[in-house]
Amino acid sequence: MKSGSKEAGPSVAELEDLARRGRAHIIRAIAHAKGGHIGGPLSAMDILVALYFRIMRIRPEEPNWPDRDRFVLSKGHSSIALYTVLAMRRYFPIEELRTFDAIDSRLQGHPDMKITPGVDMSSGSLGLGFSGGLGIALGGRAAGKDFTTYVMLGDGECNEGIVWEAAHVAERYALDNLVAIIDHNKLQQFGWRGTTASNRLPPYTGTQLVDRWSAFGWKVLEMDGHDMTEVLATIETARDHRGGPVALVAHTIKGKGVSFMEGNYEWHTRVPNAEELRIALAELGETETAATQGGAS
Amino acid sequence: MTLAPGKPLRVAFGETVAELGKTDPRIVVLDGDLGSSTRADIFEDAHPDRFFQMGIAEQNLLGAAAGMATVGFIPFVSTFACFAVARALDSIRVLIAQPELNVKVVGGYSGLLAGMTGKTHLIFDDIAIMRAMPRMTVVVPADEVETRQAIRAITAHRGPVYLRLTRQASPLLFDDSYCFELGKAVVVRPGSDVTVFATGTQTVRAFEAAELLAAEGIDIHLVHVPTLKPLDADGIVQAAQATGFVITSEEGSIIGGLGGAVAEVLTDRFPVTVKRHGLADIFGESGPDEALLEKYGLSVTRTAEAIRAFVRARRA
Repeated sequence: MKSGSKEAGPSVAELEDLARRGRAHIIRAIAHAKGGHIGGPLSAMDILVALYFRIMRIRPEEPNWPDRDRFVLSKGHSSIALYTVLAMRRYFPIEELRTFDAIDSRLQGHPDMKITPGVDMSSGSLGLGFSGGLGIALGGRAAGKDFTTYVMLGDGECNEGIVWEAAHVAERYALDNLVAIIDHNKLQQFGWRGTTASNRLPPYTGTQLVDRWSAFGWKVLEMDGHDMTEVLATIETARDHRGGPVALVAHTIKGKGVSFMEGNYEWHTRVPNAEELRIALAELGETETAATQGGAS
Repeated sequence: MTLAPGKPLRVAFGETVAELGKTDPRIVVLDGDLGSSTRADIFEDAHPDRFFQMGIAEQNLLGAAAGMATVGFIPFVSTFACFAVARALDSIRVLIAQPELNVKVVGGYSGLLAGMTGKTHLIFDDIAIMRAMPRMTVVVPADEVETRQAIRAITAHRGPVYLRLTRQASPLLFDDSYCFELGKAVVVRPGSDVTVFATGTQTVRAFEAAELLAAEGIDIHLVHVPTLKPLDADGIVQAAQATGFVITSEEGSIIGGLGGAVAEVLTDRFPVTVKRHGLADIFGESGPDEALLEKYGLSVTRTAEAIRAFVRARRA
């Protein structure tokens, strides 16, 4: 199946279904591993599916194809979302998701480009993936390549200084082969306290993120990160923009897809118990038995 | 015997990468606004399209170099040693060492002599830190000749490298007959009374100290250790066995640097007392080179003094 072409590729409905199934894979994987990040992977899923199933020029059978588009999950703690999409895209078997966080696994807690097929840059310490992605884009241009480098950052991640070091340099070099997508799910792990201990404040409010990326000279687009049609159109606009880098501020919901996880900071990292697992999967139109059979890809 | 004067190691760096860049299109240089000091500017003059100014932002400087390496370039990242190792350590760790990317981190201005800038611009524990970094190779050349050869060797070597250079000129210890070998220690002066392990430009000062000591009847077996990682354990053991008395000397901290490395090896394979001469758990300060070397015990005469004291204590 080709990606990166307007003619070929799954329909919006098919992409939405892939995202739905991807969310179920995430929840099963975290439950099986008995640990891991959940809220962040869930908020990122629609964007990842759009990228890997429609927009990016990639070859799963040739993960190191030199002319491929690159993707860097700079919010590396959401690794299970990336692994899920890579598995669904057949970079490795879907059953391998059960090895997430296991000893000797190819699926490490944070993305490891040395061992996982399809991972273009290691990440985990926030901000660093974006810096690496900037280097990929800079190198790609210097090598005369025309691939696009997409980097997904978290909104909390934008607290990190290195993000702004890289943002400045990207704009200075007018890197229009670099697209930053900020998963603006309005929560970080713990964050600033609101009116009560359980009311945690967003890392940035209102137009702050849009304003700050604009102030650094980036073209800024916004999108509803869960509207597949809008996601596709906006990323394509970003990809096709010339003259400088583009930042997409994606308005998302942490824990998207599972009612009791949505907007709940407690689900940054948390293992669903048996009942929570059953309910979550049911809401996603899936069952647990699919997991024990290796999961429907 | 007076050693011939040599160029500063940072100049050798700039000239050598510029030279290599003529025939190897993979070589790129990234700079953090210090090119006129680190002499990365020599490469910029020769190959402006392959020189990348990254501004005063070292964490991103190192991270971006990693990204460039994934597209097939051999990035030489140039800044002061303190900024590369202290300020940008996480970028080195997560983006260069962990994925084992082919980036050469060049710390110009290492050790005690950073042109009077003082303690903020000095770093003594860079060798210790980089030595403890998995997947890292650590090279500390003594003079201009060795620097040129070492750069060729690390370019041929695939994997992360930390190259520790200096601001000031160093007398020439080596001539064109020298053959630098990555990972090998070198006997630069055979002797019988005490084994002196040294690294970097401190080896040159130890060599000059040897002259003074010889006149007093102390014959030092001087071994230069340009590669701190991987360490030439066999060479170190052999050299220690030559005399049975060991002292190390470095323009760096005696905690975890060359002294630490030698002590680790010998404790394991040939336990002898290892006296560590260098900077003892201290920050530096501003001052002219000679005054600093004198005050911090690393000048030729102070190095001779340290070796003499050790030998006399052992003989007593």
